[in-house]
Amino acid sequence: MISTMCRVLLLSFFFLSQSSTFAGKTLETIKKRGNLTCGVSTGLPGFSSPDSKGNWKGLDIDFCKALSVALFGNESRVKYVSLNAQQRFTALQSGEIDVLSRNTTNTLSRDTSTGLNFTYPIYFDGQAFMVKKASGVKSAKDLSGASVCTQQGTTTELNMADYFRANRMKLRPVVFESNDEGVQAFVKGRCDVLTNDASGLAAERSKFKKPEDYIILPEIISKEPLAPAVRHGDDEWYDIVKWTVFALINAEELGINSKNIDTFKRSKDPRVKRFLGKSPGVGKSIGLDEKWIFNIISKVGNYGEIFERNVGSQTPLKLKRGLNDLWTKGGLLYSPPFK
Amino acid sequence: MNWFIYEFPKWLKKNLFNTPVNSVVSLFIISLGLKASMYILDWTFLSAVFTGDASTCRESTGFCYPFIKEKFPFIIYGFYPRELIWRPTLAMILLLSSFFYVKEPKRWNKYSLWILSSGFFLFFFLMRGGLFLEVVTNDKWGGLPLTLMLSSIGIIFSYPFGIMLALARRGNLKILKTLSITYIEMIRGVPLISILFMSSVMFPLFLPEGITIDKLLRAQVAIILFVSAYMAEVIRGGLESIDKGQYEASNSLGLSYFQTMRFIIIPQAIRVVIPPTVNTAIGMFKDTSLVLIIALFDLLNTTKSSLKDSDWLGFSVEAYVFVAIIYYVFCYAMSKYANRLEEEFGIKSR
Repeated sequence: MISTMCRVLLLSFFFLSQSSTFAGKTLETIKKRGNLTCGVSTGLPGFSSPDSKGNWKGLDIDFCKALSVALFGNESRVKYVSLNAQQRFTALQSGEIDVLSRNTTNTLSRDTSTGLNFTYPIYFDGQAFMVKKASGVKSAKDLSGASVCTQQGTTTELNMADYFRANRMKLRPVVFESNDEGVQAFVKGRCDVLTNDASGLAAERSKFKKPEDYIILPEIISKEPLAPAVRHGDDEWYDIVKWTVFALINAEELGINSKNIDTFKRSKDPRVKRFLGKSPGVGKSIGLDEKWIFNIISKVGNYGEIFERNVGSQTPLKLKRGLNDLWTKGGLLYSPPFK
Repeated sequence: MNWFIYEFPKWLKKNLFNTPVNSVVSLFIISLGLKASMYILDWTFLSAVFTGDASTCRESTGFCYPFIKEKFPFIIYGFYPRELIWRPTLAMILLLSSFFYVKEPKRWNKYSLWILSSGFFLFFFLMRGGLFLEVVTNDKWGGLPLTLMLSSIGIIFSYPFGIMLALARRGNLKILKTLSITYIEMIRGVPLISILFMSSVMFPLFLPEGITIDKLLRAQVAIILFVSAYMAEVIRGGLESIDKGQYEASNSLGLSYFQTMRFIIIPQAIRVVIPPTVNTAIGMFKDTSLVLIIALFDLLNTTKSSLKDSDWLGFSVEAYVFVAIIYYVFCYAMSKYANRLEEEFGIKSR
């Protein structure tokens, strides 16, 4: 009797277990499996977070969707696997995910020693300072002698100390055990300045009662290029992920977005014709459908649209383009030509 | 009313204001209580926001009910597709009612085992789908169903393992005894987080490349392994409390070891250990929230994620109070149940 019960319980338990395998070529495996597994964060406002309906949304998520469109012509063929900071590299190495799109900073040691390859950054983040508007401070250079709230034992704390020392300014750090405590202290006036990554500061600011009373100073004092990463050793798949980033950027540079893309169908510009697959080339050379870029732009949009939709001025985060603007507009986004 | 006028002052005088010191202390505590309840009343009701959106909530100082209303489905069901939400709901109802049926000691017979296992079977069938239902893979499971699943399977499966470990530890076979002691002490010597971490971060690296074992299954097995060690010690406590005469009596009746255990010792031991078992179960129910460290979306993690939606940032107090109430209801029900069992088995009167 007990054994029967055990059998039934075990049987029901087996419903839980599934195993996935990948063999050598990531692209083939994804095609065979019928969906892309995309590693995302467990929740970062504007980048990847679940909405009230349980759908993922954010900048990192839209990149996964763009990849899904490139591969399947459909943005819903993605399985999101949420990962915390410790799990993310293991998940990629062990084949649990195909691509890591999880606000991960590209650094030398990560690129060389964790068995993964970073593609091109989709967001250039960096440490910034936030002050009360009433203080009248316009630049981080005016912060000498200011008390700065920050989190203990982080790179943020070190970057800040370096910056102040390099600019011969006096620093009065006020360190806290957790990020939330630091933010609370800043709001209550315990310190004049709050420092963190610019995107993080924007998220914190949107929680305040009067977000418009605070400004984020324009200086970015550290480099945090957040780039999607893939497993080491599969160059074909690496190319697809990298050129998907470029496709989003290049589309914005050419002025093509999801709304006006149909008007470009008849364009005589050879760059546009090549880019949208009118004259063949972009698909064949990378092993995808000739219209893969056309599909991405019409279904997900170009980089600018993705940015504005998730973190831009119309969203609660109200982030400025800054470094994440096209190279023609003073930013860092620069795509090699699609030839 | 009469009581209030005539008896209440007397009661007050006798219990609260019988000495000057007590009077001062009573006044202090009463004023503190009044202030706290005024604050809570104001926060949850008077200055609370009942309708509106995030910006109306930010302007007020009170509880933000629209947040809970907006995020309720996500906190409870996680990523489960919204159009299929009846399935986890029904699954939870069936599972809980099977517990409800089985909980009465007078129904403890072979049918109850069937009810319990069919409760689990239906739970998994509804959650996962198959046959005529659309399949929902377990990366979409989350919230309350996941917490219920992890904790109830953890508790129920760990019981037989616990009994085996306890018997092995008390038995005469040297090898089994050593193994059992090593296992129990090793598991009890490390925190649950580290076991979950091993299962989620280290374990996949040991597997040959290309083979992955489901994340949820890994976590569930880790939980079962962990609770088993604690259950073993709880049950061992029960076994120790059984008088030596019981063993001798059953030996002299000619019962085998297994018969002795099955019919004489374990039934008595289990009665004794009901309070510590429920204690472990309550602890376990709450400990499952640690799976958030390996990014499984249990009840606490869906709550945390609901705070990361850029449209609804900054309502952490509301979210945590809400989820605390849910945890409280379940844990309180378990402890009430344990009290009743104790009374029925006459443990208290002994």
